[in-house]
Amino acid sequence: MLRRTLLASAALGLSLMATGSAMAQDKVKACFVYVGPINDGGWTQAHHVAVLKTQEHFGDKVEIMWQENVPEGADSERVMTQMALGGCKIIFTTSFGYMDATNAVAAKFPDVKFEHATGYKREHPNVTTYNARFYEGRAVNGTIAGMMTKSNKIGYIASFPIPEVIQGINSSYLHAKKVNPNVEMVVVWAFTWNDPAKEADAAQALIDQGVDVIFQHTDTTAPLALAAKTPGVIGFGQARDMEEYKPSPRVSSIIDNWEAYYIKRVQAVMDGTWESQDSWDGLAAGAVGIGEITGVPDDVKAAAEKVRDDIIAGTYHPFTGPINKQDGSVWLADGQVATDGDFAGMNFYVEGIKGDIPQ
Amino acid sequence: MGDINLSVLIASLMVASVPILLAALGEMVTEKAGVLNLGVEGMMIMGAICGFIAAVGTGSPLAGFIAGAAGGAGLSLLFALLTLGFLANQVATGLALTLFGLGLSALMGQGYTGIKPPATVEIDFGTLTDIPFLGRVLFSHDWVVYFSLFMVAAVWWFITRTRAGLVLRAVGESAEAAHALGYKVARIRLAAIAFGGAMAGMGGAYISLIRVPQWTDGITAGAGWIALAIVVFASWRPVRVLVGAYLFGGITVLQLNLQAAGSSIPVEYLSMAPYLVTIVVLVAISAGKGRKTDAPAALGQNFHSVR
Repeated sequence: MLRRTLLASAALGLSLMATGSAMAQDKVKACFVYVGPINDGGWTQAHHVAVLKTQEHFGDKVEIMWQENVPEGADSERVMTQMALGGCKIIFTTSFGYMDATNAVAAKFPDVKFEHATGYKREHPNVTTYNARFYEGRAVNGTIAGMMTKSNKIGYIASFPIPEVIQGINSSYLHAKKVNPNVEMVVVWAFTWNDPAKEADAAQALIDQGVDVIFQHTDTTAPLALAAKTPGVIGFGQARDMEEYKPSPRVSSIIDNWEAYYIKRVQAVMDGTWESQDSWDGLAAGAVGIGEITGVPDDVKAAAEKVRDDIIAGTYHPFTGPINKQDGSVWLADGQVATDGDFAGMNFYVEGIKGDIPQ
Repeated sequence: MGDINLSVLIASLMVASVPILLAALGEMVTEKAGVLNLGVEGMMIMGAICGFIAAVGTGSPLAGFIAGAAGGAGLSLLFALLTLGFLANQVATGLALTLFGLGLSALMGQGYTGIKPPATVEIDFGTLTDIPFLGRVLFSHDWVVYFSLFMVAAVWWFITRTRAGLVLRAVGESAEAAHALGYKVARIRLAAIAFGGAMAGMGGAYISLIRVPQWTDGITAGAGWIALAIVVFASWRPVRVLVGAYLFGGITVLQLNLQAAGSSIPVEYLSMAPYLVTIVVLVAISAGKGRKTDAPAALGQNFHSVR
């Protein structure tokens, strides 16, 4: 008897919720799929901060919904489907691994706009991809790394072997090498975006191998927290400023600013002007920011800021030839600049980096 | 690229294994009493956040570990209430406990991200640390590493050499028989559950206070499930729990170190290694003689004296 009452009230509650969302239809509902928790200290938090600012910007004209900790793969497809059925007009999927799921769900809901971060597949007219030129920020941090390392070993905690991560490794190495010809790059693949303990273990393994500058391409502050235990080891904020680890081990950072993009795209849905596109802004447009450079000598800071300013001014491209591939073959001739097509499919290390990229 | 320094490797695997070792040891005692608590992950993460809050609040890592143990034990008492008191299904309750712990810890952890906990210093052994090899391996750790090893010995001694341990095992093998002999099955199981919770909580606190040192939602990232697997892997024996924990922790650390050392072995094989070794060891264990399973006979069965 009791159970039946419970079921009945649950059903009533569900139908009330359904009416509630139907009534809210005049608002634009923007939905976000996150790979980690909104307080991961890095990637997801950077997205969420931008989302909250988007909400603030539009006030009650926009309804925001988000789902945290969504695993890449089949689960994400369910979440997106649920969002689309729940009245979302635009769905932002904020991790590379959502790429196929985003396109699959987009095929079923042609009236819903899908925005996939860091991917390259736009199989339907209602799918857009967006990304930021993180490699520009890596160029600035790589310069700092090359000048600061005493052991001449710099380490990179890589997540998955995808073009975006490989761009970061190459850019960091090239710019460290430019200021310090003896520098050596040590890459550890963690095969996770968000696993604090594993990220910390990876940082420890790098330190054990004599690395004293750590880059990370994973989402949490764990590598910095670990690096803080070993004096003399420095690292960089990733996705967020991670200012809580100033002045050491965090000496600078790459900051993702998604806010302007989110506001622009939600506005486009409101105006009915939304179109599929591939958005890829960098330092100049403010999509990527460099966090305050602290705890390093003045000349290091000046050199890093020059790289940053030259990229913003458009007078310097981080991938300017001559650059050879790892096997010694020529990739970019003298003065030649990498194209966006080169970046999208980057699956090789540049000359000087040892080891293989997992396939 | 340099080779891997074996002493450094062993030293870091000892550190990396502490959380799963503590949790697995606690769960083993719980299961020895015939209770299958699948909520290890939830209890670990409760320990991680309770320990973190206490350590940040008091500035004392020791207080953090005590609070972590209390947090894990506290959550396990909920499990005890449901399974011993209301005779709820242990598997379902344990799973619910994990989900509840993950959610509650995320709630409690609001406002604790980006904060650094007080540092736990490594014990100063003076000149002992300078002994080649052994100095790095044995005398370069924080107190929890030694505590975890001490607990392995203590649990082994308790289970195999004391009367109380015998009673505990009797409850796990046949609750009816133990009850008929006049032992308080529910009370003994309650103590075993609380012990398991406290150990899992300490393991969790080790992650948030020492191994990573920070708080993030879901920081335990599945360590509790590995601890559960290690108990089976160890066929409910304390020393084998130690071996299992070090094997698992060791191979995880080894594969990262091999990568950092520029090993030519492809990363995929290295990442696979912990799981491959588990399969191999499980096969090896079960292939040895056609003997009965080592699991406590009454594992997972609720008991009520007036049934």
